[in-house]
Amino acid sequence: MAQPVGQNVFRVDGKAKVTGEALYIDDLRIPDTLWGMTIRSKVARGKIRSITYDPTFDWTGITCVDHRDIPQEGKNIVALIEDDQPALASDEILHMYEPIVLLACEDPERLEEASHHVQIDVEPLPSVLSIEESRKADVVIRRDDNVLSRLNIDKGDVDAGMAEADVIIEGEYSVSWQEQMYIETNGILAMPREDGGITIYGSLQCPYYIHNALQHLLGIGGEKVQVIQAVTGGGFGGKEDYPSIISCHAALLARKAGKPVKIIYDRGEDVASTTKRHPAVMRYRTGLKNDGTLVAMEILADFDAGAYVTLSPVVLSRGLIHATGAYRVPNVRIRGHMYATNTPPNGAFRGFGNPQVTFAAEQNIEHIAAQMGLDPIAFRRHNMLHEGDTTCTSQILKESVGGEECMDRVLEECKFDQLKAETEAFNAKAESEGSELRRGVGFSLFFHGGGFTGNGEERLKGRVDISLTENGGARIFTGSTDIGQGTLTIFPQIAAGELGLPMELVEMAEPDTDKVPDSGPTVASRTCMVVGRVVQRAAQDLIQSMVKAVGEGQELTYDPSKLAFMKGDEVFCTWKEASEKIRQTPAWPMRVETVYQGDPSIVWDEVAYRGDAYPVFSWGADVAVVEVNMDTFEIKMLALHTAEDVGKAINPLLVEGQIEGGTLQGIGYAVMEELKMKDGAVLNHRMTNYIIPTSLDAPEIHTYIVEVPYSNGPYGAKGVGELPMDGPAPAVAAAISMATGAHVCEIPFTPEKLQRALSAQSA
Amino acid sequence: MQIQLRVNGRDLEVDVPPMKRLLDLLREEAELTGTKEGCGEGECGACSILIDGRLSNACLIPAVQAQGAEIVTVEGVAGENLHPVQEMFIKHVGTQCGICTPGMIVAAKALLEVNPSPSRDEIREAIAGNLCRCTGYQKIIDAIEEASSLLQKEASRA
Repeated sequence: MAQPVGQNVFRVDGKAKVTGEALYIDDLRIPDTLWGMTIRSKVARGKIRSITYDPTFDWTGITCVDHRDIPQEGKNIVALIEDDQPALASDEILHMYEPIVLLACEDPERLEEASHHVQIDVEPLPSVLSIEESRKADVVIRRDDNVLSRLNIDKGDVDAGMAEADVIIEGEYSVSWQEQMYIETNGILAMPREDGGITIYGSLQCPYYIHNALQHLLGIGGEKVQVIQAVTGGGFGGKEDYPSIISCHAALLARKAGKPVKIIYDRGEDVASTTKRHPAVMRYRTGLKNDGTLVAMEILADFDAGAYVTLSPVVLSRGLIHATGAYRVPNVRIRGHMYATNTPPNGAFRGFGNPQVTFAAEQNIEHIAAQMGLDPIAFRRHNMLHEGDTTCTSQILKESVGGEECMDRVLEECKFDQLKAETEAFNAKAESEGSELRRGVGFSLFFHGGGFTGNGEERLKGRVDISLTENGGARIFTGSTDIGQGTLTIFPQIAAGELGLPMELVEMAEPDTDKVPDSGPTVASRTCMVVGRVVQRAAQDLIQSMVKAVGEGQELTYDPSKLAFMKGDEVFCTWKEASEKIRQTPAWPMRVETVYQGDPSIVWDEVAYRGDAYPVFSWGADVAVVEVNMDTFEIKMLALHTAEDVGKAINPLLVEGQIEGGTLQGIGYAVMEELKMKDGAVLNHRMTNYIIPTSLDAPEIHTYIVEVPYSNGPYGAKGVGELPMDGPAPAVAAAISMATGAHVCEIPFTPEKLQRALSAQSA
Repeated sequence: MQIQLRVNGRDLEVDVPPMKRLLDLLREEAELTGTKEGCGEGECGACSILIDGRLSNACLIPAVQAQGAEIVTVEGVAGENLHPVQEMFIKHVGTQCGICTPGMIVAAKALLEVNPSPSRDEIREAIAGNLCRCTGYQKIIDAIEEASSLLQKEASRA
């Protein structure tokens, strides 16, 4: 068997997806299913006085649920990090889309009609709608000071570093919301069970989050909750935690109605109500030597959490850890806050705090280079992190530091110097000919920690099982889901690589909490790097179990290339013989359970926020080429080159797909995607007015995979899911600056903002 | 209202309320759930189908308007074997989460029927009404490009 790892094995779900056979949540048809809907607040902050169901309306066939229907033995919370978010508001309203009443009916038209007969009387209260208002705390909406989470990172002595600096440069950068805009909206189907339990099917990333949330909500044991993932039409973090809320709602309706209930959000409800990327304002103060050496950095980073905690403390943590960028800074002081506002809670979106700070950190580098007259590439090269250097948490980078390799590779592949010279020549010619077009080239360097922070993975102990199958193959059991990124394909590749089996003999168990163990959530660029490693080790454990069962106490090794158990150089028995024999022994059925084992040398101080923040980092470098029309301020992407160090590409085409998709989301973040909020309401919650890139907005994306292996990843692999999201915004911003001379300090940098920046600068 | 139409070569006679969308008729009465809804307002193209050979968004069309029409959905694209466009979406990984894929496949088929050898820019133009959030479009364009040359080779052999 050829080693499948490193090959472009076709997606195992490819055929079902190109023929339309793949069944997503809205495609599942269960008889007697009711449609569910959510009635939400219409004010950003207030107090519920009463909920009334119009007594003159005929409620036959309609199931109504509000907070009073949550069982006594349960709790009105959506369990996540903190239990601050109610499943259904009972008293206090903290944002415009707070769910209050749920309705279900077989007939969608009757359902819609009934929704007009629910009266929710709310006393409006003064609200807090921005980071600035929250910081001022004239109105306090959460805790004592509106701060939902705070975090400090300190390294060295910043005051001494600043005193020693020849130059100190300051800058402020801000980023706005970004909507995940998966093309399939959120949807959940809940089925009541006779034992009082509940079965959930849904579009989701993390079945065990829902499994946990429903136990708390309903006050029932885990054995009474079953969560099954349907084929999921994109997530990008947006289906990490929010499906728990919809599952709570569908479960309450289904239990009360005694029938299956399906809640499918339409686009408007999905964009307005569900989580988005956190806006942030970041202030940088940087001390440098005259030769461009970074000596100190002070960063204040304030994020907008929205109304509830959700995953915000972890977003803050990941953001701050990457806030100094991929550079060596001996003295660092970072202060970060998550501020509460009366806007829909923000949550996970690919990158998880890092795209925000990388935009700021890289623009900071560009502005420093411009002010000090340094070449921005040489300036970066002078300060970039290498093996043996320390990050802002004083983590010593021990291995797999591919930043410089990515930088060299992308500069070489795009012929950067030539590209820049041609671009300058284009602009000179355009100027002399009176053309309105200007071009620019921009660079960015970025990195992204893989897996959970610090000892998170050790604590979590993600588990994977592998069993021998009847037909002499292997079956992988994991709670890690495929949301498009290719888990269903790469896990079998890893196991097949270890076992020497053909891909057809390695299958994945259905993503069903009754069948698969908790491998940890499908988040944090951890699926391939962390859970994939457990798959690899589970395959090794299976081999050991097989040796024990058939080896008659002898020392055997396994040679995957021969598909045989070896005694020294001799074949003891083949895989096929062994698996057949095992079926006749008490060792059958054979299933191994394997948990993650981290690197024992990882040291992390959670209190001081110091030490090994992540097991390893992935690295990347982007070059963006843009063309700007100086009459209309239209910004057109001409090309984007990216080199990304993923350790090892288990399936290179799938890795390229991750990089290209993440890169285009990053381009959208930079110049197109603008969510408008007014008085706590989302104004543009449709695809017609929240604009994501089409094929005409997308440039040709040139991807160069760099492989600097990581010792504790499967075959050396590291995370790639989030990394490509981090680099495009600053590279595009730098390109726009070169083309137009505008200082780009905020994104999305739309034509309107470009026009404003240029007129402010010329004033 | 009683209407007759032909979907993927199969004759259908259905009774539809006047406000019912063609998308819902296909997904419910015809039980063809390959055609997806992403936005319900003609922006995303996940519901792309062919009506009498013309690329259309099924979410914008009242079912009654399909009276007498010949409709092709993603389920009708393959014959005995997969269509070259489908084969190439698998080979080039033009599908990730897959929710836009049915619409993309139909749009690509529609393009290649009128323009058998499109340039990359023409492909971009042709699928501009189909949003994809996963792929960055790169591999979708690669897939359609190679499907075009496969179809051309097939045509020259015939």
